[in-house]
Amino acid sequence: MAIVTRKFDAVIVGAGGAGMRAALQLSEAGLKVAILSKVFPTRSHTVAAQGGIAAALGNVTEDNWHWHMYDTVKGSDYLGDQDAIEFMCRQASEVVYELEHFGMPFDRLDNGKIYQRPFGGQSQNFGGAQATRSCAAADRTGHAMLHTLYQRNVQANTQFFIEWMGLDLIRDEDGDVCGVTALDIETGEVMAMQARATLFATGGAARIFSASTNAFINTGDGLGMAARAGIPLEDMEFWQFHPTGVYGVGVLISEAVRGEGGYLLNKDGERFMERYAPHAKDLASRDVVSRALTMEMQAGRGCGRDADHLLLKLDHLGADVIKARLPGIREIAIKFANADPIRDPIPVVPTAHYMMGGIPTNFYGQVVAPYKTGPEEVVQGFYAAGECACVSVHGGNRLGTNSLLDILVFGRAAANQIIEDLKKNQHHKQLPPDATDKALARLARLEGQKDGENVAQVSDAMRKTMQTHCGVFRFPDMLKQGVAKMSDIAERARQTAIRDKSRVFNTARVEALELDNLIEVAMATMVSAEARTESRGAHARDDFPDRDDNKWLKHTLYFNEGRRLDYKPVRLKPLTVESFAPKPRTY
Amino acid sequence: MKQLERARWRCRRGLLELDLTLERFVDEHYVSLGEAERRQFEMLLDLSDNDLWDMIALKKKPTDMRLQYVLSLLQAI
Repeated sequence: MAIVTRKFDAVIVGAGGAGMRAALQLSEAGLKVAILSKVFPTRSHTVAAQGGIAAALGNVTEDNWHWHMYDTVKGSDYLGDQDAIEFMCRQASEVVYELEHFGMPFDRLDNGKIYQRPFGGQSQNFGGAQATRSCAAADRTGHAMLHTLYQRNVQANTQFFIEWMGLDLIRDEDGDVCGVTALDIETGEVMAMQARATLFATGGAARIFSASTNAFINTGDGLGMAARAGIPLEDMEFWQFHPTGVYGVGVLISEAVRGEGGYLLNKDGERFMERYAPHAKDLASRDVVSRALTMEMQAGRGCGRDADHLLLKLDHLGADVIKARLPGIREIAIKFANADPIRDPIPVVPTAHYMMGGIPTNFYGQVVAPYKTGPEEVVQGFYAAGECACVSVHGGNRLGTNSLLDILVFGRAAANQIIEDLKKNQHHKQLPPDATDKALARLARLEGQKDGENVAQVSDAMRKTMQTHCGVFRFPDMLKQGVAKMSDIAERARQTAIRDKSRVFNTARVEALELDNLIEVAMATMVSAEARTESRGAHARDDFPDRDDNKWLKHTLYFNEGRRLDYKPVRLKPLTVESFAPKPRTY
Repeated sequence: MKQLERARWRCRRGLLELDLTLERFVDEHYVSLGEAERRQFEMLLDLSDNDLWDMIALKKKPTDMRLQYVLSLLQAI
């Protein structure tokens, strides 16, 4: 197959909030930018973010970035890098005002300033009273952000490649990144996109689990490409589970239901959260509630024939309150659980929601790996931002409203770093002769495979294995078996076959290629989780229930070659302020 | 050619609610739709995620009433 090569200054894979924020900065600096997206940009998963953007504007109650930094470090269970966290919290106000100037329709106070609302995990004065830090556009903050950034990018002449999928990273013999091989889903055309800078902003990958709140597109394509190119994946054992996804489908039932007075019941009709969190009860933090649900099910107090879910009761709020304040939730329950919450409780399970780990970067968005002489060497030409990156600002557990902040701050920071780096690198590096070999070999394998494995069946096996062996609570024997099972499944994924061999809109082929990426993410997760013998943030081990700062105050690095693990220290030293020393995390 | 696959891909959305509903719709109804109705469905797919979901779940009226028939099928999923 003859492969067309096109040259750009920068190629971005992924057109959600992080990718489009970066693209805008680069296009406005006069660079020639290509941005690829599997779906129309405003249909990226950022659209699902409702909570808002954390920034210590202090518009409602007194606030400052240092308090926000403390909350983020504590929330991360001290696994977050404190230099990156200081960087993010200090820039928060600026990126929010910038977005306001781009035309973002934030909610307003009567005095015209941006309205802010309280959100879990945000405090004043280093763990004191509740802070009011979240800037929102109704419950549509992600949606408004995507539309705002998309419009600005169109004005700035960013070149969109819509319904294109990244296949593999192009790295030369020096280890430098020179672009990406990509597939046009509509025509089946493969192109080498040569670039002086390549930025991954491919979002999350919670589709590795059976119970997932993520949209179908969240298949970890950037992580798969990075791992296949020899880049490690950082802290992949840390996944945030939302306590209330609808049983069997994963659709999120927001915390607003429990905020309005809804509560959880086990099969005996007991309000069990009173036992696990006597003060906060059903409003305790996500990881606490998710673990409580899991423990109830393990104790045989789950509901239904298989005792595999719990119930979220809200009928006591009354039909009027439910219709007035929670109409969207009611429709979701009726549609996906066949339960009208005015009469019936909603069946729920803890559901995978957010990936704290990812492609390791510094706070300039540069990908860093121990591949030359130091532990955090910059991979020239390669950048990552947003959920696919691990800066790490979320450490072991992300706080609500910090993810939209993350994508704005590090989308912009990566773009600024690219602008600086491209001043030094005026010319494209020559593409290596084997630039597209890896991607073409994968396509050829799929093309030629006979009597192979069924993509849907292998995906299903992966999701069930991850859910059973590497879910909210992790057991040593289950993890060990999980690694063996995932090895078998990864082997099967190497032999997938598709019946449709055509080029135009071959969605079966796209799904097989996505599975390759999911498998990398799942394998990294299982192996990293099996090795970390402590409980920290979202990683909860039955055999090691406590955090172990002596042994485990360090980041995991997973390499796909040989499924090898390495570790690097947490960056405990902030940029200008004193370090927050690890303390027990209580709320 | 490949009209079904094209439609199926455009049902990939940012909201899981839509992924699930639209996938079911395509499986249950797409092959039996006429050309005009398929065009209506494509017009609905061109809407932004939240607007489309509001019409399906909260029964908000479409701006273009010609979309009502296919929308009613989606609402019944």
